[in-house]
Amino acid sequence: MAAGSGEPMIQTFEISKKFDDFTAVDKVSIHVDQGEIYGLLGPNGAGKSTLIRMLTTLSMPTGGTATIDGYDIVKDSDQVREVVGLVSEKMIMYDKLTARENLRLFGKLYSVPKAELEARLDELLAIVNMTKWADERIEKFSTGMKQRINVIRALVSMPRLVFMDEPTLGLDPQSTAEIRDLIRKLRDEQGITIVLTTHIMNEADLLCDRIGVIDRGKIVAQDSPMKLKAGIVEKGSTVVNLDLEHPPIDAGERLKAIEGVLSAAQTENNVKVIIQNEDGFQQVLEGAIKNGFKIRNASVALPTLEDVFLHYTGRSMDDKLVEKPSSAGRGHHGPPGMRPRGRIR
Amino acid sequence: MIAMTDEKGNEAIEGTVEAPTTKKVPPNPRAARKAGPVNIRKTLSHSLWIAHKDLLEFSRNRVMLVMLFVFPLLMMVMTGYIFPSGNNVKDMPVAIVNLDNYNNTGHAGPESLMVYSGVKMANDHSHFFILKNISSESDAKDEIKHGNEMGALIIASNFTNNIKTYGQGSVTVLYDQSNPTISAEITAILDQIVTQIATQRAVMAVNHTTGFSINISKAIVTPYTIQNKGTVPGNPSYFQFLAPGMMMMVVMMGAMSGLPRAIAYEKDTGTLDGVLVAPTSRFSIILGKVIAQTVRAVIQGFVVLLLAVVLFGVTIHGSLLLVVIMLLIGTFSFIGLGIMITSVASDESTASTFMMVLQFPMLFLSGVLFPIQQMPWYMQAVAKVMPLTYAAQAMRKIITLGAGIQDIMTELVILIVFGVVLMAISIPLFKKAMTK
Repeated sequence: MAAGSGEPMIQTFEISKKFDDFTAVDKVSIHVDQGEIYGLLGPNGAGKSTLIRMLTTLSMPTGGTATIDGYDIVKDSDQVREVVGLVSEKMIMYDKLTARENLRLFGKLYSVPKAELEARLDELLAIVNMTKWADERIEKFSTGMKQRINVIRALVSMPRLVFMDEPTLGLDPQSTAEIRDLIRKLRDEQGITIVLTTHIMNEADLLCDRIGVIDRGKIVAQDSPMKLKAGIVEKGSTVVNLDLEHPPIDAGERLKAIEGVLSAAQTENNVKVIIQNEDGFQQVLEGAIKNGFKIRNASVALPTLEDVFLHYTGRSMDDKLVEKPSSAGRGHHGPPGMRPRGRIR
Repeated sequence: MIAMTDEKGNEAIEGTVEAPTTKKVPPNPRAARKAGPVNIRKTLSHSLWIAHKDLLEFSRNRVMLVMLFVFPLLMMVMTGYIFPSGNNVKDMPVAIVNLDNYNNTGHAGPESLMVYSGVKMANDHSHFFILKNISSESDAKDEIKHGNEMGALIIASNFTNNIKTYGQGSVTVLYDQSNPTISAEITAILDQIVTQIATQRAVMAVNHTTGFSINISKAIVTPYTIQNKGTVPGNPSYFQFLAPGMMMMVVMMGAMSGLPRAIAYEKDTGTLDGVLVAPTSRFSIILGKVIAQTVRAVIQGFVVLLLAVVLFGVTIHGSLLLVVIMLLIGTFSFIGLGIMITSVASDESTASTFMMVLQFPMLFLSGVLFPIQQMPWYMQAVAKVMPLTYAAQAMRKIITLGAGIQDIMTELVILIVFGVVLMAISIPLFKKAMTK
């Protein structure tokens, strides 16, 4: 997958958004090239949606600025609106209207000429296999069907940049796969630039050319998934996965105290430990045993984006996943790519 | 950069020298089509599509369609029947106490018996009261206190004797202070009956003493005749008063609450973002919503009118076209308030609270349910700053009195001024609220 053409589609200059005393987006400077799929990765509340709201002119920045396709998001908001499409986390659809009526309404709001619009509606409905359901009301659709319409709704205006806020949230595995295919197709076949927010590591890894890791309103790292993952290894750090039997809740904290451990994050029975170098592996195991933990499995793994996040923020993304249980379990099955490198016991 | 100058004429001069932005690729060809008159057409087209969408949603919402009929029906039935309106009062328990002691015989004399039987006869015909004989004034008071009787008619002990000696006979009406409305009814009816009996008694006396015929005697006793006549045929009825005001009230509620509710709902569900992110002016959005609400308000107004005519016997004396015009102008005068609430309230529940605070006083003080002339002066002053007062008044003139447009000019001008002022305040507020 070739990254973008080199022409910037989005450039932000220390863009910020403050709500009273809470800073949702804190001096973010990113650039996204034309034809790129860019992922904004971070837990809920990290500032992903606020950043997108500003870039789509729905919200005014309180500091800094940004350009979309060369247009200033505040001064040239009308031009920006012509360029961008939005797939929001809350689906933009009227339940009482049919799929076609919804799409037509938005086509009209973008002043797409009638004949062109009708042809495009047929085309888009065909792409997502919804032709058969085109004249049914949205309220009768399943979540997966709704999301397909929600995605093509953003394409009615032929945007050159599409923002997708959690596009696979709450979908079944098949719909998830279909939406991901569609996202790739849009970029590959039509050259549409796509900015995607997700808190699903695998999704970002699979789809994105480049990723910006966002935490507490700040971009803490930005690169291709490969380089991000390699980056934390090159510095010599290694990821150790420990499966423990009935560990205490502070197991992670206690492992962090061991010399040579950079960070440790616990999710139920599993503790991920990032160590300075491979020598630390022995120390971690000894430390665990000394603490009285019963080890069921220990492995050194290739770093995942999750580890990248842990490395840069010192926290696990899973900590926050508890807030949205519906999205954590269903539909996001990990790719088979990340296998443990070495196995002990 | 030629395309830039096409888009925004006023930026042409600066734009020709150097591009105001870092833009290098030619802009979207669709953007270039935005020139002056096209912009107006576009705004209008966008707003009509938004209105179309809103009405489509409304027509497919079964609950809303049913409520369109149920709400006005409930309001009419409730307000129409809970307030006493004179001809509805029947069978009120009233005591009658004849204390007349003719020449100390311990019996009632002929004069008091005449009053007594006169009241009974009048009541046999009209059934205003259920009359009960009670022997003493204190017993009558007790009965009222216990709630068994609602009033009493007391004929004084020297009634016949006084009249026989060319004095006046005295009749007292006791009433129940805890129930002022009913008391007022009872005293008024009894007063009327006793006056009638007294007149008959006087006619007979004149006839007896002068020998004139009954008719001449009657002319001497009551030299004037009074006739009550309306400007249009038919008897005055409370529904005839209520229905026009109710129409305007339903329109007001629709205009004021429908708009904030529609926008707050779209905000909550997220669909508003889709509209805001499109290159559609804020004005098209509000205009589209206003058009949809207006169409809805006119339909609602006619539902009220239809119910009033079919179920409550209201007659329309004015022109239907004028009714429509009045509905439209009424909506126009209220819609600014709706836009204002929309801009100030961030979510649906805040919007509802605002509406309650604004609508309740209007409902009771605008003369929809009771005439404002019944209120004390300071309340009348409050009523006079409410657009609903004028809207209801004008609609009543059209429907009940058959007024033409020249008869309601004052109200129309006031309503239009209300509308213009409120719009001028609310539209900038709305635009600001939408780009937070």
